[in-house]
Amino acid sequence: MNPQRTFAIALRQYYLIRGSFARFLPTFTWVAIDMILWGFMSRYLDRLAGPSAGVHFVPLLLGAVLLWDFLVRVAHGVTVSFLEDLWARNFLNFFATPLTVSDYLGGLIITAVATSAIGLAVMLALATTIFGLPFFSFGLLALPYLFILFFSGITLGILGAALVLRLGPASEWFIWMIPACVAPFSAVYYPMASMPAWMRAVGYAVPPSYVFEGMRASLARGTVAPGPLAAGMALVAAYTALAWWCFQRTYRHALRTGRIARYSAESVA
Amino acid sequence: MPVLSVTGLSKRYGSVEAVRDVTFAVEPREIVGLLGPNGAGKTTTINMVLGVLEPSVGSVVIEGADLATHRAQALARTNFAAVYSSLPGNLTVYQNLRVFGLIYAVRNLRARIEESLSEFDLLRFRDVKCGVLSSGEQTRVALAKAMLNRPHLLLLDEPTASLDPSMAKDIRKRIRAFADNGGSGVLWTSHNMYEVEEVCDRVLFISKGRILLEGDPRKLPGENGAKTLEELFIALARESLAPEPT
Repeated sequence: MNPQRTFAIALRQYYLIRGSFARFLPTFTWVAIDMILWGFMSRYLDRLAGPSAGVHFVPLLLGAVLLWDFLVRVAHGVTVSFLEDLWARNFLNFFATPLTVSDYLGGLIITAVATSAIGLAVMLALATTIFGLPFFSFGLLALPYLFILFFSGITLGILGAALVLRLGPASEWFIWMIPACVAPFSAVYYPMASMPAWMRAVGYAVPPSYVFEGMRASLARGTVAPGPLAAGMALVAAYTALAWWCFQRTYRHALRTGRIARYSAESVA
Repeated sequence: MPVLSVTGLSKRYGSVEAVRDVTFAVEPREIVGLLGPNGAGKTTTINMVLGVLEPSVGSVVIEGADLATHRAQALARTNFAAVYSSLPGNLTVYQNLRVFGLIYAVRNLRARIEESLSEFDLLRFRDVKCGVLSSGEQTRVALAKAMLNRPHLLLLDEPTASLDPSMAKDIRKRIRAFADNGGSGVLWTSHNMYEVEEVCDRVLFISKGRILLEGDPRKLPGENGAKTLEELFIALARESLAPEPT
């Protein structure tokens, strides 16, 4: 990976976001709305359950929404940057240069780090100040959580971009659907134990499930088993490498079929 | 050493052979015209030289670097402008040149951008988004990008198609000077035979993916019984459009 070329890709995205209010606004609007919506919902459920129930919906529900939204923002950070090049018909300009796939993906990931950091900061500000989410009580445990979710988002983002590169511009809508397809198996809002056996089996192969299970265990017992967390980290590292390889393969296919040169023509292949 | 060596290049899409066994070279300071009717295989050839289309067979070597094995090295010395590939309209002229200048690792980038803006009469459009420029202005931006890294191989696909005659003449002069003074080779496609005669040192007539004729554009018509290059082009294009004997 060449740092200067990677920086150039990230710089293009920075110019786009800096120069357009319509691009900057969504970096935090959706997540802010989610925090307010689920914050009040969590408070209402807390009131309904009453103090004797021993269940605290703010950390349980709002905390889960915050972490899941972070993953989605990372995934969209990668794919929206990719779509910008699709919409601007810029693939020919970029890939007829010394730019490599690693340089390009590196630039998209840097953009995702920046945009998701803005989203995370806004979510934390709202959730902790308005609704009293004790996020920082996780301490250093928050780091492996965020690591797993960040790389899960990167993996989904790269896979989404590969899918659109392979199937053509009309498949763009897949990108918005991919995180939603993973959510039911990720145990975001309910524990793994509440899922049927086949869903649990899938859930064990989905890295975010280790985060949400860990978060619930931490809230209930104050401790987290390091084994499953390490398994989640190893799994997500393997998936990220697999997604990278998948994009490389798709790119090679696009070079063979002429899809890079004439991306807007869907029937080139 | 030639700046570009293309050997036995072919591209097949299923049963369709878009380019068949094309071999040619471009020397330093030489402008080579790639001529042919629509669908002849010119853009397919250029795309393979640019590395955005993988050949079925054959090799592309740019200044000794094989594109298949040393892609980044080969493409660092190349650049292009094509009528069908404008720069992103949502960035300003300066922003586009900065992004591509970084990708091509241009030294003293800020100074080089200012020089290019001045050279292509783009200083007043420095902070204007490319999408709102006229097609002629966009072509000048694309040419400024194409010469930003002072490429040793410049690929131009109908570079003057959207320019008025005065600007087109000026651009031809600049590209000629660029080849002569910088020692670069240029591969140029155009349907304007007057332009080809004025600029190109050598032309390759391509039809149905094959090179039919090659030579000096000023001598070729006489050698092939035509009065002008345009007349020769029309004759070859019509011949190539005729159905092949079965």
